[in-house]
Amino acid sequence: MQASDRFNINSQLEHLQAKYVGTGHADLNRFEWAMNIQRDSYASYVGHYPLLAYFAIAENESIGRERYNFMQT
Amino acid sequence: MYLYSLTLQRATGIVSAINGSFSGGKTQEIVVARGKVLDLLRPDENGKLQTLLSVEIFGAIRSLAQFRLTGSQKDYIVVGSDSGRIVILEYNKERNVFDKIHQETFGKSGCRRIVPGQYLAIDPKGRAVMIGACEKQKLVYVLNRDTAARLTISSPLEAHKSHTIVYSICGVDCGFDNPIFAAIELDYSEADQDSTGQAASEAQKHLTFYELDLGLNHVSRKWSEQVDNGANMLVTVPGGGDGPSGVLVCAENFVIYKNQGHPDVRAVIPRREDLPPERGVLIVSAATHRQKSMFFFLLQTEYGDIFKVTLDHEGDKVKELKIKYFDTIPVTASMCVLKSGFLFAASEFGNHALYQFQAIGEEEDVEVSSANLMETAEGYTPFLFKPRGLKNLVRIDQVESLMPIMDMKVANLFDEETPQIFSLCGRGPRSSLRILRPGLAISEMAVSQLPGIPSAVWTVKKNVNDEFDAYIVVSFNNATLVLSIGETVEEVSDSGFLDTTPSLAVSLIGDDSLMQVHPNGIRHIREDGRVNEWRTPGKRTIVKVGSNRLQVVIALSGGELIYFEVDMTGQLMEVEKHEMSGDVACLDIAPVPEGRQRSRFLAVGSYDNTIRILSLDPDDCMQILSVQSVSSPPESLLFLEVQASIGGADGADHPASLFLNAGLQSGVLFRTVVDMVTGQLSDSRSRFLGLRAPKLFSINVRGRRAMLCLSSRPWLGYIHQGHFLLTPLSYETLEYAASFSSDQCAEGVVAVAGDALRIFTIERLGETFNETAIPLRYTPRKFVLQPKRKLLVIIESDQGAYPAEVREASKKECFEAAGMGENGSANDEKMENGVDDEDKDDPLSDEQYGYPKAESEKWVSCIRVLDPRTAATTCLLELQDNEAAFSVCTVNFHDHGTVLAVGTAKGLKFWPRRELIAGYIHIYKFVDEGRGLELLHKTQVDNVPLSLCQFQGRLLAGIGPVLRLYEMGKRRLLKKCENKLFPNTIVSIHTYRDRIYVGDIQESFHFCKYRRDENQLYIFADDSVPRWLTASYHIDFDTMAGADKFGNIYFVRLPQDVSDEIEEDPTGGKIKWEQGKLNGAPNKVEEIVQFHVGDVVNSLQKASLIPGGGECIIYGTVMGSIGALLPFTSRDDVDFFSHLEMHLRQDHPPLCGRDHMAYRSAYFPVKDVIDGDLCEQFPTLPLDMQRRIADELDRTPGEILKKLEEARNKIV
Repeated sequence: MQASDRFNINSQLEHLQAKYVGTGHADLNRFEWAMNIQRDSYASYVGHYPLLAYFAIAENESIGRERYNFMQT
Repeated sequence: MYLYSLTLQRATGIVSAINGSFSGGKTQEIVVARGKVLDLLRPDENGKLQTLLSVEIFGAIRSLAQFRLTGSQKDYIVVGSDSGRIVILEYNKERNVFDKIHQETFGKSGCRRIVPGQYLAIDPKGRAVMIGACEKQKLVYVLNRDTAARLTISSPLEAHKSHTIVYSICGVDCGFDNPIFAAIELDYSEADQDSTGQAASEAQKHLTFYELDLGLNHVSRKWSEQVDNGANMLVTVPGGGDGPSGVLVCAENFVIYKNQGHPDVRAVIPRREDLPPERGVLIVSAATHRQKSMFFFLLQTEYGDIFKVTLDHEGDKVKELKIKYFDTIPVTASMCVLKSGFLFAASEFGNHALYQFQAIGEEEDVEVSSANLMETAEGYTPFLFKPRGLKNLVRIDQVESLMPIMDMKVANLFDEETPQIFSLCGRGPRSSLRILRPGLAISEMAVSQLPGIPSAVWTVKKNVNDEFDAYIVVSFNNATLVLSIGETVEEVSDSGFLDTTPSLAVSLIGDDSLMQVHPNGIRHIREDGRVNEWRTPGKRTIVKVGSNRLQVVIALSGGELIYFEVDMTGQLMEVEKHEMSGDVACLDIAPVPEGRQRSRFLAVGSYDNTIRILSLDPDDCMQILSVQSVSSPPESLLFLEVQASIGGADGADHPASLFLNAGLQSGVLFRTVVDMVTGQLSDSRSRFLGLRAPKLFSINVRGRRAMLCLSSRPWLGYIHQGHFLLTPLSYETLEYAASFSSDQCAEGVVAVAGDALRIFTIERLGETFNETAIPLRYTPRKFVLQPKRKLLVIIESDQGAYPAEVREASKKECFEAAGMGENGSANDEKMENGVDDEDKDDPLSDEQYGYPKAESEKWVSCIRVLDPRTAATTCLLELQDNEAAFSVCTVNFHDHGTVLAVGTAKGLKFWPRRELIAGYIHIYKFVDEGRGLELLHKTQVDNVPLSLCQFQGRLLAGIGPVLRLYEMGKRRLLKKCENKLFPNTIVSIHTYRDRIYVGDIQESFHFCKYRRDENQLYIFADDSVPRWLTASYHIDFDTMAGADKFGNIYFVRLPQDVSDEIEEDPTGGKIKWEQGKLNGAPNKVEEIVQFHVGDVVNSLQKASLIPGGGECIIYGTVMGSIGALLPFTSRDDVDFFSHLEMHLRQDHPPLCGRDHMAYRSAYFPVKDVIDGDLCEQFPTLPLDMQRRIADELDRTPGEILKKLEEARNKIV
């Protein structure tokens, strides 16, 4: 790679994609996009305990089970 | 509109709990994370859990861990939060604060996929900590000590692996070899490439060991092996010399022991007999107990059963893994085994408990071992068992938890001075209705009748060094009664007190003599029984007395003051006389300061509405130092020292200020600061306490002087974590009180009221509310109040449970089976069971064991009419046929009277997509004065009616995405008109005049209008922000308050010009034909207030919690906290508080490293709300910082404290 390439938009994007999981690209298909959204959402649910509890009440499961289900998908 | 946000009751649910010795030494403490609050708890000698410290951290705590450096006596706390930083805290015993030792930034803030903070693992020897994210990133920090024995932390070492999901991490105990961390990981890189799902279903979890090479300062993947795909949790197995090392992998249905180079040892987790076969058993929490010679694990399943897991090992070789049924307690979020023999169970919903170990499960019981694992073609043979009563644990304390608050309403149903908060809490069999009253709870120890109506009561010690009081002295109109305190309290006559006259004061004087002041003189009783009597001159009588241990001042009728002092020989000597201008209303002397001969100040209240401070110094004795005029004659005075800040042990840099408290006849408590040197009064504040003039008494609270104010209800003024709090006590009106201390009760209060003598203690200091709980059957969903009849109608429903009859039948069967077994068994076993007789009355209480699980599309539900005064359920309708109630309201139909409408769904299923057989709206008639319900009819609808509301004598129902207006019919409800244009699901409906405010489950509010002449419903405005509504409340004609799923509270308002335009459009043609852009409504509402609470708000209400106070928004959250938003009334206050908030943000950043502004703006930028919780941290700042901030605000620290106190007093 040449020095000028480093500031090229593509390589910057590649760098971002490597660093931040879930960064999109031009050829992203529907499946990949949806999966990234899902993973982002589930990670947020698992991280926010009150939200996890909220789901647990709705589904009448224990919070531990709910966390497991979210991580499993 | 500007709002002041204040948490009234901090979150009560627990996210995570760890135990250790954080203050050093042998004491065992528990640190619990309650979402955004970090608490330190300690079980006291009586097994009661005391909260030592509670800190709001303005961030979401996701994980906690404790570690100890080798050779140290003290545990440190590591906090994984959403701040993108790792924070190490140390508890500072002297100052009672958490000190932040290290804070290292590693990533972005927020709960993100790849930012660590979700998991924490500690090397058992305290040499390293690993912090992990849900995906990819794991960082290892090396912990060490520098030359000054301070903790150091290295720069982070990366242990990332991209395309992996992490389920759990833990440290592996490998003695003093290089630290190893274990992680359950799943590689999804192949699944991502394959959209058919083939690869995803074949993905395999791995257990990976990461080794930190301390020499090379590098982390490497050391070992990775396939593990059961149900694996969800890791538990460290002791190693080094104490055990075989390795980890326990908890998976669905199995516990597996794994270690590098060791074959798997696997055992099945026993299942409950009544569990549906398709359900697995998952371990949700674990605790380890280690002693020198042995160790075991307690693992709790998602159904609440605890299993004791032991490993049979020889050196590093594990031969057998045994799982033994231990006990069943409600499902926990975390368990902590304390070295002192306690088990702290932090329940995920409902009250937490502290258990004591009776045994450690040594006896014969249900046991599964890895040795008899049976594998068949279908998999491993399950092992079944039945839960039983507690055998190894005994519950000794409960910590109340409101988590989750499902619904909440503020009303004054009991006609008390302040309204009550009715909240629906808990889940499933542990749910309850809790009635919260602002105030402290009281536990009454004794009530005894007296022979007459007493006017006053005192307690005295015999010697200044005594720990406990010796006598209770009760004064009547014409006599005095002396009771001695011993094993029992009984009347005595040899005390030396004069019993034929009423008393004005009784106290200890000097070191060991007693004083009784009666209208005609002072009786001084020496320790050896000699009595000195001082008589009043002439016909004058003593009217008021003020005294401390060495000084006495009496006021004679006519206004003469006489001052006595105790001299070196213990004699009471008259020192000075002073003539006041009129009769004296009240007197008080400050207690003698430590190491001094006398207190300098005497306060005298007169009937001419003044309070004077007089000097008692020998040089200027009886000189008036200052005068304060008050609004009405003072009735009672009390000096109280208040330490405005959390003081150091020395107290030198945190000087206390002396407050003069005065109870005025108008019912106001007046507090003013007394200058310690000059006696000048300044900085006064007043508060209305009740209809009677407050009488002030000094009592002891937590070893410090506190003030008891008796007005039409009792109040306690005390210091809690640096704040002076004045809170009402939930008790009846008292006449007179004194502190009480005996060996049964160290800090009590003795009081008289009516003709009874009462002894009580004050409990749970620092709490804003006290609660009365009424148990319910299923998870409560909503309720309505019937204010006239003072009844509540509650709907409860639970998914995945069997109906009541089925449960009863199976329970009966179970008991019969058990009874048979017992009859056949030997006698000695019965003896054993005889101990827990109480438990046997209800051996399998659902509260402890939970309802048996059914398939997830089974529902149970009931409608309950409850009388909150008697806590009696007057009517309970169990819904049949798999129906579940979701909404309720009372409707006053034209010419049908008030009926109850309940929206239900039959056979509702959420997964894989929402389906149902049918929805119904039930209409019930109230019978028996509202105590009973009678079904009139049931109308089938095509979706779940999630919200119902009365509207102009008709019923509005939100049925899925359809808003429909119903009229009452004979056989069913009659559809009048509908609007199908709502985006998703309607969850709330509020009405005002002809406007309808509809809340959508994910699209915020829609403002609608009903045109009667055209019989049509129009949406004329909506919100531009997608909000997942969880709660809503109608504020005014154009404004709605809402709360969303992500923990925000917001207000939206229709712009004034749009509102006017709509109201002025007589034909309605304009709104009807107007089209919005992109399928939205033509007008948009504006967001006027936005605030991130950090907790899912489940209910909102506008209410005032104090009589005559302004209204504020009260909210209740899933984590069980209650907060308030108070609108500011003046621009000055807004300026002041926003500046204070700004300074605190700069100078006092939150403890766990989250930026305060960023936290409050987590999803949307915070708008026009000032965070009172941050402002209230002002008193915890060091004094110089307080002064600096105060200077910049052009105030004194005292004024700021006063402002904070005022703001709180406006709310509660």
